Amino acid sequence: MAQATATQGADPATRHTGRAQRPTLARRLRGDQNRNLWFWVFVGPFVAGLVFFVYVPILWSLWLSFYDARNTVTPTVFVGFGNYVDMLSDPAFRDSLLTFVVFAAFIVPTTFALSLGLALLVNRAALMQTFFRSVFFLPTACSYVIASLVWKMSLFSGVRFGLVNTVLGWFGLDPVAWLSIVQPPWYWLVIVSARLWLQVGFYMILFLAGLQRISPTLYEAAAVDGAQGWKVLRYITVPQLVATSSAVLLLLLINAFQAFDEFFNLLSTSGQYPPYARPPLVYLYYTALGQGQDFGHGSAGAVILTLLIAIVALLQGRLLRLGGDR
Amino acid sequence: MSIQRSPLEKAGSGLRYLVLVAGALLFLVPFYLVLRNGLMREQDITAAQWSWLPPQVQWGNMGELFSDPAVPMARSLLNSAVISVVQTGAVLVLSGLAGYGLARIPYRHSGAVLWTIVATLLIPASVTFVPSFVLVSSLGWVSTLRGLIIPGLFQAFATFLFRQYFLGFPKEIEEAARLDGLGYWGTFWRVVVPNSFGFVAAIATITFIGSWNAFLWPLVIGQDQSSWTVQIALSTFLTQQTSNLHELFVAAAIAIAPLVLMFVVLQRWIVEGVERSGISE
Repeated sequence: MAQATATQGADPATRHTGRAQRPTLARRLRGDQNRNLWFWVFVGPFVAGLVFFVYVPILWSLWLSFYDARNTVTPTVFVGFGNYVDMLSDPAFRDSLLTFVVFAAFIVPTTFALSLGLALLVNRAALMQTFFRSVFFLPTACSYVIASLVWKMSLFSGVRFGLVNTVLGWFGLDPVAWLSIVQPPWYWLVIVSARLWLQVGFYMILFLAGLQRISPTLYEAAAVDGAQGWKVLRYITVPQLVATSSAVLLLLLINAFQAFDEFFNLLSTSGQYPPYARPPLVYLYYTALGQGQDFGHGSAGAVILTLLIAIVALLQGRLLRLGGDR
Repeated sequence: MSIQRSPLEKAGSGLRYLVLVAGALLFLVPFYLVLRNGLMREQDITAAQWSWLPPQVQWGNMGELFSDPAVPMARSLLNSAVISVVQTGAVLVLSGLAGYGLARIPYRHSGAVLWTIVATLLIPASVTFVPSFVLVSSLGWVSTLRGLIIPGLFQAFATFLFRQYFLGFPKEIEEAARLDGLGYWGTFWRVVVPNSFGFVAAIATITFIGSWNAFLWPLVIGQDQSSWTVQIALSTFLTQQTSNLHELFVAAAIAIAPLVLMFVVLQRWIVEGVERSGISE
């Protein structure tokens, strides 16, 4: 509200100066001042919000991470790096990092291969191209909650009437309790396939955009040189997709690191989450916001995870490319 | 290029369509399951014998869901609608203005401001849910719409995309507007915005989808039933080991209907939004 009135108040003032006839020098000074003012009218509200809702919590959390902050956000007991030592030596925290590694090892290559494969197929489909693109893209409209619901209660329902178990039954196989057994860990199949369905269309669109940026003259030159089929793919298409591929890989990795929704919805029942398959954010959720409300350890965990993800992003170096003139 | 298609190529093309059709059917199965189960009676869903179509279509499931006191469906749909619409509108205005200011208004410290914004891109919002919760609870905003909406309004990535877009906006159009006596404010609203419909629509659709489907933040903040979004209502319903499958699935159908409709109508803008958000990141 305050922002809106401030900007409206400033508006007539500049119109006035715009019309006024004054000596050149004074006018330029006035104009310069106005530029600074106008910069902050445009950028100020956003930056103020960003500082208050992003920077303040992060700094506050950094401060909390050095205190014993159980059930309080204004702690007094300084513990130094105690919370960090506790977190790094907590087997459950290290397990959560391991869970992420396992999850990423499944989901990153499968999503990459499937979305690239679909993009190549759709890109060469002259007939009904838009239709196929739409169908593969449509799951992006669904939330992880919806996918978890369908996967848990119908597709991979552990009882006989689940669709996958029904199909197994046609081949004379026994129904499988997909989510409630640990040996073998079938729950990975459920978790990975749900995310695969949700996100493949998104990355397919990115690959399609990459494919459509490849100049047709390259293909024409390859055809003149007698290249066909796999050779074209190997020597023209794949090298031209390097930029898109590395962007997709980074996005996949960062998104896998933040996995929470499908784990939470698929695996927890009646408010209970099993002790296995806890990715970092699920672990953090139960540490900081569970019964303990342990903001000291929770903050230390958040700082460690933030550092890990920032290192990955920095190593990739893509996020730091400003200007975007590629 | 007119090259005769060999029989091998024709066979390859046929195989390609076979794979595409099979894949498309597989991708549609979950949607089919939502509709099938949502329109069935409970005993038909759990029947030992699989039936592809509801033996008896139950349109009444919807009425039953909305009158079920255990699931605040109407309220949570309303909450989701308010949150998504307000967030989308506010993100467009805040990030649009900031992006334009960064791209077009010369200012000595403009670079430093840009870095302040871009630096936050290194830290995904979901990883900082603990500190954000600490702040929001200190403000007393837990279980309020304010707490659900306001912390999500400052999207560094949207601002960055707007800046990139405005850098490429044709300068001549703006200069003509300046000659007509419009200041920065007037140029932005009367000339730049009306000529940026496609880009604004792309960012709007992407923001709306993200907002409607958000889960972790609404889970953390929406502790009272009155502040549940539709995702939280569904999740609670789902994780409470319900034996009420027909209501659960009709609720799922209602929750995805607005977005599926949006995808069908606005697909062009959504695809553009995805392309832009994926490539620049």
